[in-house]
Amino acid sequence: MTRYVLARLGGVVVILLAVCLFTYLIFFKLSPDPAVMICGKTCTPERIDSIRSVLGLNQPILTQFGEFLRGIVAGRDYGAVHCPAPCLGYSFQTNESVWSMLTSRLPVSITVAVGAAVLWLLAGVIGGLVSAVKQGTWWDRTAMALALGGVSVPNYVLALVLQYVLVVKLQVLPFPSAPAFGDDPVLWFESYLMPWVVLAVGYACLYARLTRSNVIDTLSENYYRTARAKGLGGALIMRRHALRPALTPIATIFGMDFAGLLGGALITETVFGLNGIGKLAADSIAKNDQPVIMAVTLLAAFFVVIGNVVVDLVYTALDPRVRVVSA
Amino acid sequence: MTLLQVQGVVKEFSTPGALGRKSTFTAVDDVSFDVELGETLAVVGESGSGKSTTARIAARLLEPTRGTVIFDGVDVTRARGKELARFRNDVQVVFQDPFSSLNPRYTVERIITAPLSYQGIKPAEGYRAAAQELMERVGLNPDHCQRYPAQFSGGQAQRIGIARALAVNPKLVICDEAVSALDVSIQAQVLELLMRLQAESGFSYIFIAHDLAVVRQICHRVAVMNQGRIVELGTREQVFGDPQDDYTRTLLAAVPRINPEWDAKRRQRKVTL
Amino acid sequence: MSDELFVVEDLTVTTSTGRGPVDVVKNVSFTVGRDETLGIVGESGSGKSMTALAVLGLLPRGARTSGSVRLDGTELLGRSDRELRPIRGNAISMVFQDPLSSLNPYYTVGLQIEEMYRTHRGGSRKAARQVVIEALEQVRIPDAGRRIDQYPHQFSGGMRQRVMIAMALCCSPSLLIADEPTTALDVTVQAQILELLAELQSTTGTGMIFITHDLAVISSIAQRVLVMRSGDPVEYGTAEQVFSDPQHDYTRMLLDAVPRIDDEVAS
Repeated sequence: MTRYVLARLGGVVVILLAVCLFTYLIFFKLSPDPAVMICGKTCTPERIDSIRSVLGLNQPILTQFGEFLRGIVAGRDYGAVHCPAPCLGYSFQTNESVWSMLTSRLPVSITVAVGAAVLWLLAGVIGGLVSAVKQGTWWDRTAMALALGGVSVPNYVLALVLQYVLVVKLQVLPFPSAPAFGDDPVLWFESYLMPWVVLAVGYACLYARLTRSNVIDTLSENYYRTARAKGLGGALIMRRHALRPALTPIATIFGMDFAGLLGGALITETVFGLNGIGKLAADSIAKNDQPVIMAVTLLAAFFVVIGNVVVDLVYTALDPRVRVVSA
Repeated sequence: MTLLQVQGVVKEFSTPGALGRKSTFTAVDDVSFDVELGETLAVVGESGSGKSTTARIAARLLEPTRGTVIFDGVDVTRARGKELARFRNDVQVVFQDPFSSLNPRYTVERIITAPLSYQGIKPAEGYRAAAQELMERVGLNPDHCQRYPAQFSGGQAQRIGIARALAVNPKLVICDEAVSALDVSIQAQVLELLMRLQAESGFSYIFIAHDLAVVRQICHRVAVMNQGRIVELGTREQVFGDPQDDYTRTLLAAVPRINPEWDAKRRQRKVTL
Repeated sequence: MSDELFVVEDLTVTTSTGRGPVDVVKNVSFTVGRDETLGIVGESGSGKSMTALAVLGLLPRGARTSGSVRLDGTELLGRSDRELRPIRGNAISMVFQDPLSSLNPYYTVGLQIEEMYRTHRGGSRKAARQVVIEALEQVRIPDAGRRIDQYPHQFSGGMRQRVMIAMALCCSPSLLIADEPTTALDVTVQAQILELLAELQSTTGTGMIFITHDLAVISSIAQRVLVMRSGDPVEYGTAEQVFSDPQHDYTRMLLDAVPRIDDEVAS
């Protein structure tokens, strides 16, 4: 087991290195010279040269990449400025440390992701379950029609509509501002409510449809028939012989979806002006702020790859058939 | 004349064990047998005995880990391209589940003549006539050649599978549990058909089955397999009449029998009627 | 006959299909005595499994039944799902064809037997565990105390069917319905399971309905036989009558079609 986990983590490192290199090559080679950008309007060739040498841009690309990696592990020096590990460089725009930009914005993205995940799991799984049990009734048909519609609505449309109705017209919610929970829990909740709902709707609809079809499949399994033939009924048969088998595969899909969101909900954060990783990504791309783009991409990849490993490990715990049989 | 020689065939599968561990599983372990032209060799065994893997190797649907398969004097163990195409023309397979082995979207005519078009053979009298002739041979109504598999019963669908196998005049037909999924009354008819076709055309069968009573109706020789090995190989009379291996004896003893007393009474009544 | 354990009279099962209602079981009547095994034999589509499912109210959605099904004089047909629950697994239990798919892969076999025992008998988990171990020992699963905590996929096909039988018998039902219980098994394992069933029946006195397509199996285990074809009861009598002096052409045809392992074959 330990060996397996170590092997998987080794794989993670390899994948992250590949993502790093790929992103590095794309952004540092195919976009405008960073030195020119940093230098600004009142620029002299000497200044550009000195910026280049401070950033190491005059060195071969692989050396630069090596420096970048070394920075993450051990920190690096830009001229007189020391950037402590983990060093992801400094923003070309604000000169802020990229690492501290990430750490200050990550909590916002995590809050958005966790809240949305709770919402969509509750709504999706309960909705799908009720639909499956009441298969063919008006409730089932209405819920599934809504779910199909919900999947089709782009979330920026939903975000703008909600914002217009709830904030501008009815004024029941404040404009989202990402306050700290400790400062004002009510404001905190009101601020995040819309982003959570907007992000959750699409997933909830998908999960409802998925849950419904999984539960219906399970109800026609032979072991469900066995359970009925045994005289089981009520909550027990539902929990053990319908839900557990039907929801186990959903748990793994959830893991991947959630991991993907930790890397930032680009559209939702941007629309609501929440300073999370997603908005940081959007801003940095708009301004071609390469160190930040690089860091945001890496962070997203990190979550997805780690999420993958966690999902695999969780799955072995959930499904006895893939668990290691210690003879 | 020896049509097929299987010599010292071994098939190992590496199974990805739980959590990335690998282990090797020997499905077929040093199996050798010959098939004469015009004879039926039955391979019997319980689940996991390796009989289906053996059949697949003989049909070159799987490559053996070790050992050789010689067909008509040519080593086809690692045959590729043209050589393999010629082999495929001579060796046909009839599978267990008639429906899943017939494409539900194709008409019977297209299914039956598919081996002809794969082999680039254009029948002189046209595909339609060729299909109808084959359908007649296997006891199907030739007027139904434009129907789809779902419009046939299980027994009829298996006849379609057999007609497809016969389309290219094979020298060897491998039946992999070909009658196992059929009801007993249908099973008897299909067995009869298989024997009649062999008498007409003189090809060989490798007949893979788990049901010894069925095998006994059709085979000339039997190979009994257990855990990847052939434990006994002999003529039908030898194996069923005087089994030498303990496992064969256990297997024969386990076959359920209709109460012999009752059966004898019934037959007597039938004769006197 | 008032001492008959189980009586089915004029049972008809109608299922709804795309092309309207179809009678899949038509006017079937039979009785099963205590200690007795009734064999129901038929080819695919004969309605033999539907008969079994109808008895326990386990038919697919939209199926309707008529007639009478009585256990010890109590009418079962027409009862609601809730009313049937105390009967299922307790007074009448069932063993199905494919033991792997009939057991829930997510739970240990012990839990799956225990949940049923406690549903009908109550009691602590600890007490139930002891009952389960005894049930597993009764069907001769070696090392029952350890295997109780294993999952279905860790058992072989034959052992899994033993688990199903242990489960079916653990509440000491008066009737056991076995629907093709040996069809998915290898022939040597089948022989062991048949032997086990016959032996358990003689020690517990449970009445049994044994459903199969295999006439040879029926002949070795049943005292009475019902032959079915496309939902119709074709022939009903003692095993000796049906096998030695069949009255119906269909039964004769079936008996003739069974491949023999012993007698002469035309070469």
